[in-house]
Formats: sequence, C-alpha cells, structure tokens
Amino acid sequence: MTASGGEAVLFWVLAPLMVLAALGLLFARKAVHAAICVVFVMISLAILYIAQEAAFLGVVQIVVYTGAVMMLFLFVLMLVGVDASDSLVETIRGQRFVGILLGLGLGAVLVGVIAQATFPPSVGLTVANAETNPVALARILFADYVFALEVVGILLVTAAIAALVLTHRRRLVPRVGQRQVSDAKVAALAEGGLLTPLPAPGVYAQNNAMDTPALDPQGRPIEHSVSRILRIRGQERSAGAILAQERAVLVEHEPELATRRFPELSAASDEEAAADLSGGSTAPAPEPGAFATDTTARSTGSTTEPPGPPGPTVGPTSEPVKES
Amino acid sequence: MPTVTLLSALPRAQELSTLLPGRLPTTLGAQEIVPATTFVPGPFLLAPLLIALPLLGALVLLLAGRRSDRWGAWFGVLMSAGAFVVALVVFFSMLGLPADERVVDHRLFDWIAVGGLDVGVGLRLDPLSMTFVLLVTFVGTLIHVYAVAYMEHDPDKRRFFAYLNLFVAAMLLLVLADSYLVLFVGWEGVGLASYLLIGFWNHERANAVAAKKAFIMNRVGDLGLIVALMLMFAGFGAVDFATVFADAPEVGAGLLTATGLALLVAACGKSAQFPLQAWLGDAMAGPTPVSALIHAATMVTAGVYLVVRSAPIYEGSPTAQLVVVVVGAVTLLFGAIVGCAKDDIKKVLAASTMSQIGYMMLAAGLGPIGYAFAIFHLVTHGFFKAGMFLGAGSVMHGMEDGVDMRRFGALSRYMKVTWVTFGLGWLAILGIPPFSGFWSKDKIIEAAFVPVDGQEWRAWVFGGVALLGAGITAFYMSRLFFMTFHGRARWNDGSGNPTGTSPTDGPVRHPHESPALMTAPMIVLAVGSAALGGLLAFGNVFVDWLSPVTGHAEHAEPVLPVWSLITATLVLVLLGVLLAWRQFAVAPVPIVPPRGSVLTRAARQDLYQDQVNEAVLMRPGQYLTRFLVYGDRQMVDGGWMGLAGLVGATGEKLRGMQNGFVRSYAATMLAGLIVIVAVVLAVTTGTGS
Amino acid sequence: MELTNYLVLAAVLFTIGATTVLLRRNAIIVFMGIELMLNATNLTFVTFARMHGDLHGQVIAFFVMVVAAAEVVVGLAIIVAIFRTRRSASVDDVNLLKN
Repeated sequence: MTASGGEAVLFWVLAPLMVLAALGLLFARKAVHAAICVVFVMISLAILYIAQEAAFLGVVQIVVYTGAVMMLFLFVLMLVGVDASDSLVETIRGQRFVGILLGLGLGAVLVGVIAQATFPPSVGLTVANAETNPVALARILFADYVFALEVVGILLVTAAIAALVLTHRRRLVPRVGQRQVSDAKVAALAEGGLLTPLPAPGVYAQNNAMDTPALDPQGRPIEHSVSRILRIRGQERSAGAILAQERAVLVEHEPELATRRFPELSAASDEEAAADLSGGSTAPAPEPGAFATDTTARSTGSTTEPPGPPGPTVGPTSEPVKES
Repeated sequence: MPTVTLLSALPRAQELSTLLPGRLPTTLGAQEIVPATTFVPGPFLLAPLLIALPLLGALVLLLAGRRSDRWGAWFGVLMSAGAFVVALVVFFSMLGLPADERVVDHRLFDWIAVGGLDVGVGLRLDPLSMTFVLLVTFVGTLIHVYAVAYMEHDPDKRRFFAYLNLFVAAMLLLVLADSYLVLFVGWEGVGLASYLLIGFWNHERANAVAAKKAFIMNRVGDLGLIVALMLMFAGFGAVDFATVFADAPEVGAGLLTATGLALLVAACGKSAQFPLQAWLGDAMAGPTPVSALIHAATMVTAGVYLVVRSAPIYEGSPTAQLVVVVVGAVTLLFGAIVGCAKDDIKKVLAASTMSQIGYMMLAAGLGPIGYAFAIFHLVTHGFFKAGMFLGAGSVMHGMEDGVDMRRFGALSRYMKVTWVTFGLGWLAILGIPPFSGFWSKDKIIEAAFVPVDGQEWRAWVFGGVALLGAGITAFYMSRLFFMTFHGRARWNDGSGNPTGTSPTDGPVRHPHESPALMTAPMIVLAVGSAALGGLLAFGNVFVDWLSPVTGHAEHAEPVLPVWSLITATLVLVLLGVLLAWRQFAVAPVPIVPPRGSVLTRAARQDLYQDQVNEAVLMRPGQYLTRFLVYGDRQMVDGGWMGLAGLVGATGEKLRGMQNGFVRSYAATMLAGLIVIVAVVLAVTTGTGS
Repeated sequence: MELTNYLVLAAVLFTIGATTVLLRRNAIIVFMGIELMLNATNLTFVTFARMHGDLHGQVIAFFVMVVAAAEVVVGLAIIVAIFRTRRSASVDDVNLLKN
C-alpha cells in the first residue's frame, strides 16, 4: 500500500530537515549545537513513527530517547565543558578524505541495496493494530519475548550500576566533618577569620537585595555580606543610601511612621541623602576595630545594655549615636 | 689320530705327479664349494672361546687399570696362548671330519631380526677360517711373548697388552664370522685396535697423526664394505655367507660386479692396496710388535681374506676379478719401487708387505686357480715377514731405537741370532728354494701366467708384472739385509778411530743381542719361514685342505712352460741379489743419502702418494666443506633468516596501521562493512535477486 | 509515496552517523553519531514492520531502544571517568594501543 497523500507531504517536509539536522551534527562546531540537532532528528523520527502506525514506539522515542538519552548527553556536555569546541583541523593524516570517501561509498552501497531489492506489496498495520498498537505490541512482548524482556530489564539495572561504579570517585583526602570545620575556624580566628557563618545579605537590614550589605546588631553594615564580585565591581549599595531612600518614601507617604521610625528625621539630612542617592558612595565607615573586635563590641554592648530583640523597630539610631 | 687324517687327505696314486713342484693341481672331480652344515660337533662348541679369551684379557687389563701393571703383560700372553690352545683343539677335531663336513656354521645367538633381515651372531668354522685362526693365534702369541721383553721399560706396558688382546679378539671375530655384518664388526674392531696401537706413544704428535691417517683411510675402505652390505641386502635379502653364496649364481652380473668392487674397496683400505696404501708407511710409527703383528701378518691380510671368502661373488663377475688383479699388480710394483729407496728399515719392510699383499691380491683375482695360493702365500708371508719385523725390532733394540739403515752396517758380528733368523726370512721372501717363499710365490707367478678365459694378454701382462716384481723384491730386500748386517759399520763404536771402520761422528752405539724372550719367537718364526712352505706344499696338502672353501680348480697350463718360469724367477732373483751385493755390501754406503735419480727421489717420497692424496682428495674435500658451510650459512641460514627478516619487516609495516586512533579503526571497520554489503549486492544481483 | 523512501532516508541517516564517527574528535559527538545510526536502523525496522504487516519489527526496534539507552548510560559514564583523569574529551587522546 502506498502512503496517503498527507503522509507524503509530512515525509517530504520532514525528511530534508532531518537530513539537514544530521548534517548539522556532522558539521557543528560547538557540541551543544550538535546535540540540539540530534534532538531535532529524534523528534522528527518520533513523528515519522507515529505516521507509520507505530504509536507506542513514537511516544517511547520521545520519552526515552529524546527525553532521557539526549538529556543525559546534555548533562555530560555540561560536565565536560560547554565551551569545549572541536577545532576543525584534522589530526590523522588522510582521515578526512577516507571518511568522506567511505561515507559516500556506504551511502551508495546501501541505497543500491535498497534500489535493487524487490519488496513485497506493503500490507500495512491496520490489521495488526486492530487492538491498538500498544496492546498488540504487549501481546507479542509478554508472550513471545518475555524472557528477552526480563534480560533487558536486568541489562538496564546493570547499566545503572555500571554508571555508578564507573563514575565513583575514591576519596583521596580525609573527610572534612563538622568538627574539623569548626576547629579550623577557631584556629583561623587569630588571622582575622570569622567564626560565625556570614550572614545572608539582608539580615538585620531593611531589604534583602544582594547588593545591600547586612547590618550587624549595632546597626553597622557588614562588608562581607555582599558578594565579593559585586564589591569588586562596585555595585554594592550603601546602607545609608538605602535608609535615606526609605526615609524619603516614608516621609512622603506616611509621615507619622517615618518619624517614629527615624527619630533623627528632625535633623534634615536630606542633602546627605541626596548626595548618597546619586551613587554608590561608601557606607559610613565603621568604627575602627568595630569588626575586629566584634565579640568585644558585642560584649561591651551587652554590658551597657542588652541588645534589643531583632525586629523591624530596632533602631540602629541610638547605639551608634551614643557610642560615637 | 691327526696323522691318520693328514694321510687320508693325501691324493690317490694317480695324482702323484702333482707332488712335483710346478704342477698346478688337477681336479678330483668337478667339486663345487662345500655348502655349510649347521651341525656342530662337540669340540667346535669351544670356538666362541677363541674370541672370548682375548676379549676377556683386554677387558680385564683395561678395567683393572694400574693395579694390573705387574702381571698385565703375562696375563695378555696367557689369554693369547689360551686362544691358540683352543684353536689347536678345534683344528684337530676338524681334521677328524671328512672333507665335505668341514664347513660348519655355528649360530650363537640372534642379533638383528628386523623386517626382512635376520642376522644372528655366529661362527663359520671351516678350513679357511681355521687357517687364519691358527696363524693369528700362533704368530700372535709369539709376538706377545716378544713384546713382554720389547716393552719392558715402557710404563704403559699393560695398556699395550690390553690393546694387543683386543686386536686378537677382533681379528678372530673377523675371520670366524658367518655373515658379512659380523665380519664388519671384527673389521671395525681391528681398525680400532690398529689406531690405538699405532698411536700408542701419542705424546709424540707424529704418532697420533699417523694413527689418525691410518684410521681415516681404513674408514674410506669401510665405506666400501658398508655399500657392499647394502647391495647384498638389496640383492640377496640377507648378509650371511650361506644365503649369499647359495644365491650368488642366480643374481645378475651387475649386482655381483658392484658388490665385488665395493668389497675390493674395503680390502684395499684394510690391506693397504693402491689407492688406499698411503697409511701403511706412516703406521710404522707404532711399536715394532705392532708392526709385526698387525701390519705384516694379520690385519693387512684381512683384505685378502675378504676377497677369497667372497669367491662366489667374484666368480660371477669377471670384471671385478680383473679389477682385483689389476689392483694387485699395481700395488705389487708400487711397493717394490718404494722399497728400493727407503732408508728406514721399518718403512722398507712396510713397502715389502704392501708389495707381497699385492701378490696375494693378484692371485686371489685369478679365480679358483689362485685362491689357494693366495692363502698359502699369506701364511708363509705371515711367518717370514713377522720374523723380519721382529728382527728389525731386535736391531733397533740394539741400536737404541735407531731406524736409519745408513747408520747400521756390519751388525752380523754383534747380533748373531738376529742375523740368522733375519737371513732365513730374507731367503724366504726372495723365493729361494727350498724356503717357504719359493713354494707360495712361484705358484702365484705360474698362476699369473695362465690365460684366463682364453685371454692371452692377461697372462703376459700380469705374469710379467709378477716376475718383474720378484726381481725387484730380491733387490730391495737384499739391499736391506746387506745395509743392515754386512758392509762396513757406519755407526760410531766409540773407538775414536778416524780411519777405521766406524765414523767418529754420531752417537755411540753398542749393538748387542736381544734377550731370550725376544730371540725365542724370532727363532720359531725363522723355522717356520724356512720349513713351513715345503711342508705345506708337500702333496698339495694345503691346497686340498682349503678345497672345501675355494673349490677345485681346473687344470690350466700357463703360456710358458713351468720349468722356464721357475728358472726365470730364480735368475731374476739372483740378479737382484747380486746388484744389491755389489752396491751395498761391497761398495761403501754413503751415510748421507745421495740425490739419486728422478725415480729414486720419487720413491723416497712414496711416489708422491701423500701429495696426490692431498691434491686430489684432501684439498677438494676441504674446499667442499668450506663451500658447504658457506652455502649453509648464506643460503640456508640466510634464506631462513631472510624469511624471518621479511616477516619481521612486513610486521613492522603492518604495525604502522595500528596508530592507536579509534577513528582509524572505525574507518577500517566501515570499509569492511562496505565490502561485505557490496559483495552481497553483487551476489544477489548476479544470481537474480 | 512508496515505503522505500523511508528506507532511503534511514540509509542516509545511517551514513551520516557513520561519517560522524569517522570524522569528529569529540567523544560525545561521536557517541551522538552512534545514536543516530541506531535510530536509522530503528526507522528501517518500523518501515519493514509496516511493509510486512508484522509487529515484530517494532518489537525489535523497542529492544534496540532499550539497549541503546543502557549503552548510552555506560558510555557516558566512561567518558566522564576519562574526562576526569585526562581533562580532555577527544577520542584521539585515547591512543595507548598505538603500534
């Protein structure tokens, strides 16, 4: 039986595209491009399967091949290096010539075989698919080939274990556990290391943007809470600028809240705010030794008065003003 | 008992005419050679002792080593004498048998039974072998006794007697064998013993070289015997005498000729006949008893034994017989010429031996008329030549082992017994009647003058050669005798007399007679030289004794009347003696050998036999081996190594294909796939899809 | 349209896959070429199943898919392991069998 007209159109649209995509695999410089080309081919193949009355297989093609296998390929490409690109210069002498020659030869031979073979008149799968394709396939698989099916299942399990075994890395250095990490941190204190983990940006701060430094309990901005890269790039925002901005908004919309929140609003520091608003001027320099003697500062802070519970109303205003 | 049987062997009245010397025997009826019986009479069972006793002696003396040094010599003598006693017993019991029962094959045990070949070790006891046995054991024992005194002061005396016993055992095995293969064992054994004895004093390099030369030339002859054995096996299917001699008349003449010639080669090697004669002169490097026993009386006669024993083979091949005669004649003259020019007493005697065996070969090649005389001459020669060798040993003993005759002279005054015994031997070899040589040699000359198969030229040629040889023999033997015992003393007697009879240079010599142990054997042998011939010729006793083996010859007339032959021989002999007398007894003999004529110089060099051997055989042989080694190394080894190298180089080239790149391998696989598919395609289109 | 067109398409895809194996150096791209070859054979099987009206072709294609999946898992694990030690994903570097 010959295919229907619709199928012919489908075929003649897809086939050249598939061939082009396959050639893309052959000629693509970047591996990721090649992978995408292959994905295209596979999806087209799935479409062709469905057109060929192999519905189950078409779906499996998409799910297994495209969805699992090609994604696996892409993962490994990530591992290996996305940027890695093949240079098109051939290293083995004559390989290019031989490869092209053999490729053309193979193509010619295969096409020749197909051309001179005589085929029986096509039967089509309407009869075989009477109980829908999956059911018919299942009948064959679980009746005639159940043993092969089981073996293939074992094969898959084995493949999974194989992947684990092959990529298993032997521990070369002793495992660094929690104990070791804390001991290392304590030992590094003398060189100016931090004992506590760095606060996430925004803790103790008014907002949680990444470029805004966090404030310590005394209300001083913590430099290290901003990513080093942003600091190097100079994209860190000053805490004071943020506060001024906030003050300005509150002043504009909720004056009573503003005064309650910012008691020093009485002192018009708008020119300071305006100046700070313009650019990323540095935050008010913390007192010398403020960070170096964090614990002592806290302890001194605690002797004078216990730090207030961290809350939105904790004012950073009083302590710094007092201690300056 | 023995006397009765001897008399019964005498011919009947009508053949009394044969008692006269000079008449060849007539037939007693056309009697063929007596076939062997296997019935072994009682005393014959002792025969294995003949071989066993000397062999035992050799083994004991060799294995006991130094422990037997004191009694070793006499033990050897005892074993040899024991063998002689056994030989006498067997001989007398054989005499008690009628003539047609005297050939006995006594099989001892099976040896080789392979396929078509069945060879057992056995002894053939018949008149011919018993003759040899008696000769070997009698002369051998005498020489053993002589050697006790001769080798008195030699520290290796015991080893000498071991080897002598070994020789006697091997020689007896040779003559008693009942098949050619067992004969070959004995043949090899005597060759070995000869080698060991010639090179006895092998601390002297020249002696070792001489021994090696003798052994190698013997080996060349042995090759002939091996070829003959092969031919016999191929043609007769067996190698024992009984089968071969019975089947000989039925086999083709070609095979018989080939076998006969091969056997002749063997005989030439062992008996120092031309062309394998070069070793005999050098073999004189051994102690004198060795020269006397082996190279005069026994081993060198083994070749003649072989030819006579193989009579049925030669009877079927006139060509081979002619070759035997030619060889004998050539050697006869060769030895005679060489003997005229040598100054070493032992070498002259060696040349003489060579020449006399030439006579024997000549006779053996003449057919039935000559066999008996060949053996007769062999026996008499054994006595007088051994006697002369012992005499020479005695002279050497008296002259401090000097051998140069130019330094001898006038020894008759100092060594009376030696002079007399040697003189009797000398007269015998000359062929002066009534001494033994006359009876045997003259018969040979007569037989040589008989035309064989009606061919008269043969009679004239070979007869003439034999006659001439007799004359030359007379000359050089007389030369030897006169130079040694007569004339002036050419040695320094210490008297310091410058104008006297002795020169004043050279070492001082005190010639003296040898001890009794040495002179006694010489006397016995001299008696034999004198009388044995006449005794055995009387009534053709000896010829009839041998007839069961050699067959009876038809009456034949030589081309010249017998009396004329005898007269001619005697005249030539006397001429030779006279010449020698004048030149060496009357005239002074120069101590420094004069230059001499071309022939003399050639004769001194053994007629250039060594040079010829080297040029014709040795050097080409060396070139051949060198070429073969070269060829082997270059072509064969080179071929294989080249092949290996080729394989290696190909592998290296192919190895380049393994460049380690997966993609190359993938390309190869793909290429293979394409080929396969294309083939399938071609096949299916070819056979019509 | 004849069903043989599918066969020709499959042959072309197979050829391109084989050429990729020969000509590309990146191990992962080579692997993808192999996957392309397997897919081309799958297409051939499915076409023949349709031609003969026999679902066994599809069964084979199904098994091929399963086995190809297992093979990809193991193959990529190997590539990762090699890459970890050699820091390179080129097939030309795996040439210890040279000569």
